[in-house]
Amino acid sequence: MATITLKLNNTNHTIEADPKMPLLWAIRDVVGLTGTKYGCGIAQCGACTVHLDGKPVRSCSIPVAVAANKNVTTIEGVSSDNSNPVQQAWILEQVPQCGYCQSGQIMAATALLKSNANPSDKEIDTAMQGHICRCGTYPRIRKAIKTAAQLMAKK
Amino acid sequence: METINKNLSRRNFIRLTSLTGTALTLGFNFSASAKEPEILNAVAAENLGIELNSWISIDTNGKVTILNHRSEMGQGSFQSVPQMIAEELEVSLDNVTILFAPGNGRKYGSQVTGGSSTIRGSYKKLMNLGASAREMLIEAAAKKWNVNKSECYAENGNVIHKPSGKKFHYGELVAEASKLETPKNIALKNPKDYKIIRKPMLRQDTPSKVNGKAIFGLDFKLPGMLYAVVERSPRFQGKVIKFDDTETRKIPGVKHVVKVARDEFDNLREGVAVVATSTWAAMQGRKVLKVEWDDTAFPHHSSEQLYTKMREQVKGDFISFRTMGNTTKAFEKAAKKVEATYETPYESHSCMEPLNCVAHVTEDKCEIWGPIQGPDWIQGNIAGHLKLPPEKVHVNMTFLGGGFGRKAFTDYPYEAVMISKEIKAPVQVIWTREDDMTIGPFRPGMVYQCKGVVTDGGRIGSYETKIAGQNMGTQNPGADKSVYNDSDTEGFLEGYFNSIPHYSFGDSPLESPVPVMWWRSVYSSTNAFAFESFIDEMAVLAEKDPIDFRRQHLGERYQLLMNKLEEVTNWKARKKNEGYGVAITECFSSIVGEVVKVSKNAEGKIKIDKVWAVMDCGWYVNPDIIKAQVEGSIIMALGAATKHETTFKDGKAVERNFDSYKMPRIQDTPEIEVHIMENDEKAGGVGEPGLPPFTPALTNAIFDLTGTRVRKLPFSLEKV
Repeated sequence: MATITLKLNNTNHTIEADPKMPLLWAIRDVVGLTGTKYGCGIAQCGACTVHLDGKPVRSCSIPVAVAANKNVTTIEGVSSDNSNPVQQAWILEQVPQCGYCQSGQIMAATALLKSNANPSDKEIDTAMQGHICRCGTYPRIRKAIKTAAQLMAKK
Repeated sequence: METINKNLSRRNFIRLTSLTGTALTLGFNFSASAKEPEILNAVAAENLGIELNSWISIDTNGKVTILNHRSEMGQGSFQSVPQMIAEELEVSLDNVTILFAPGNGRKYGSQVTGGSSTIRGSYKKLMNLGASAREMLIEAAAKKWNVNKSECYAENGNVIHKPSGKKFHYGELVAEASKLETPKNIALKNPKDYKIIRKPMLRQDTPSKVNGKAIFGLDFKLPGMLYAVVERSPRFQGKVIKFDDTETRKIPGVKHVVKVARDEFDNLREGVAVVATSTWAAMQGRKVLKVEWDDTAFPHHSSEQLYTKMREQVKGDFISFRTMGNTTKAFEKAAKKVEATYETPYESHSCMEPLNCVAHVTEDKCEIWGPIQGPDWIQGNIAGHLKLPPEKVHVNMTFLGGGFGRKAFTDYPYEAVMISKEIKAPVQVIWTREDDMTIGPFRPGMVYQCKGVVTDGGRIGSYETKIAGQNMGTQNPGADKSVYNDSDTEGFLEGYFNSIPHYSFGDSPLESPVPVMWWRSVYSSTNAFAFESFIDEMAVLAEKDPIDFRRQHLGERYQLLMNKLEEVTNWKARKKNEGYGVAITECFSSIVGEVVKVSKNAEGKIKIDKVWAVMDCGWYVNPDIIKAQVEGSIIMALGAATKHETTFKDGKAVERNFDSYKMPRIQDTPEIEVHIMENDEKAGGVGEPGLPPFTPALTNAIFDLTGTRVRKLPFSLEKV
């Protein structure tokens, strides 16, 4: 066990955890933020995606010690009032069905739109291909990313 | 109790739409409320006000709460159940608090969310609940005003006296109204008067699903709750001989190691649970746990053995389910005939949210929270096992991260309950992805043998299908295995039975220890591949256009659907170098026709250009949810057709995670266009019927383009 400081959504959390514990379980079980989801544990599905210093990473496959003192952003940090254009686009295009994978999808989409304000279909596919949605919301994810790009452009 | 702001008020919405125009083109319909609405999360709430009936409560301020008694696993019951009730109750959904009802079959009737049954099974009852509550409120107002109730009407949460314009909000009436007798035989609205039904309203659960606030089973936590993972027999029916937890107990955080069982079709399947202070600690403890299994009492099948057996069985005797005329004689005598065998794989449900359940058992009570498709079943099952009266078993619903049939079983809640009882603490049992993918039950693999005759006039003269595969209905101890499988014709169009002179459907059940069960659209998910591929093979033999070939056998409702398919796909104008395939299936009282267009890409590989779907589900509630369900069904079918299967080796499932059980991803997704038929038919299912026709439409399109007939699933689009 070790004492680790997690900078989660701009709040410092000092936790006691096995340094090898994946960041995912530290966020969910130790800090208690449950928006970040467990899907596969082997970085294949993307449900656990968070931003580490602004870059999307698979929190199931990163030891919590590696994330110590870095900026970690989870879905709760995107906005709690759905004011982020990506969240708004997700609502307008009615993307979620079961919704379980959508935290990860939104984390990937926000990262994509930060680096590419107007992504093409192909660029969307490349950025989003690591994310599984068993409900098959992919056509709406594509649409919503384009809608989010429009919302961001007009803000 | 956590409250969630739905956060897309009309004000915000107008601001957004004026920015993009997007939602306007979607045609979303909004009620006039500018109030920021709330969703209460799954935990049963207090102080909802006064109950007008089991679904509807109103407090004295006029706040309306409507319960959703079914599971929400993505299919939209959380929206559509309240949308139906609110229509007749005359309230705006934006002002309604929606809550999950707890498991209570005596109060709510069946809550098992399967067979695409939520709307089709209870829409008249639910609309009646809204209508009778509205009438009670009107009557209460009329009494207060001392006027005739025919002079009063309800609108947007108020009762209005027409001649005087006087008004009461529902909160001012509910106490009086609740004392009145529930009126019977109220006429339901004429569909042309619907204000919110048939409108593509935004789902009330969406806002909580884009900011991490929606509580799924895996997100539910109790004070002092421990986390458990369970080592279960890698071969399906193994029993624990002994286990060694010496190393496990050395892992920091591990609190208990206990032998458990779960109830799989009334068979108790054993495991060893590692209980710890975090999921991770439990997983670490399990890694070093040593369990010795006795798995000598049943065969250790491989996929090769299972399919070899099924291929033999379809050639032998079978149990007849539905027969007309004599297909054997018709086939023998015929000049134009065709015969084909089709094979479909075992599949894992692989919901994105793996199985999990929270249980807390105390002296005289048991409480459960989880992603559950059958809360009333679970209440009964647990009450029976614990010998408690049902009211002492509280089953609370959370959102489900997918269900697809798997989360209707009682095994995983039972296991959680047994662990909590043993350790005397609240516990969450988490199935790892590997557990979820390898333990089952699975969609059963199937082999179909079809024999068909085409008449000189180009019609179907005879149609025979024999099915070999495991029967989902006979896995309980002592089940009668000699009975036919009454799902042998699932997926087949009812209309054919009136026009084909000789037909026969029967099955030859396969025995295997592999547990099997419902997977989205159940038998139709595999039957349809055989049925609609074979109709296409007969159309080719008859040298007829595949839609025209079907058309000559089917009645008016089907004709209208086929006309629509031809119209939206521009079917008659299709070109020579393009492959078009069609399939039409009937599942859970809905008819769906799909057309797939394929071509070859620059490397000569098959590419899906577009999919069109026409859904005839009769009476319906929310067109955007229907479109979403059909899109999702098509993508799920694409996965089972071209990406993944569960295989077995030495009695164990081989595919353990998404690295080997490959899912369709965004880049695999074709353009999908969905149309809904408008008619006065009874409500049919929505969540599943879009799935069955996709695969045969795809393989029929591939045949149209290449002349290659795909008869075994899954297949690789790159290798056709």
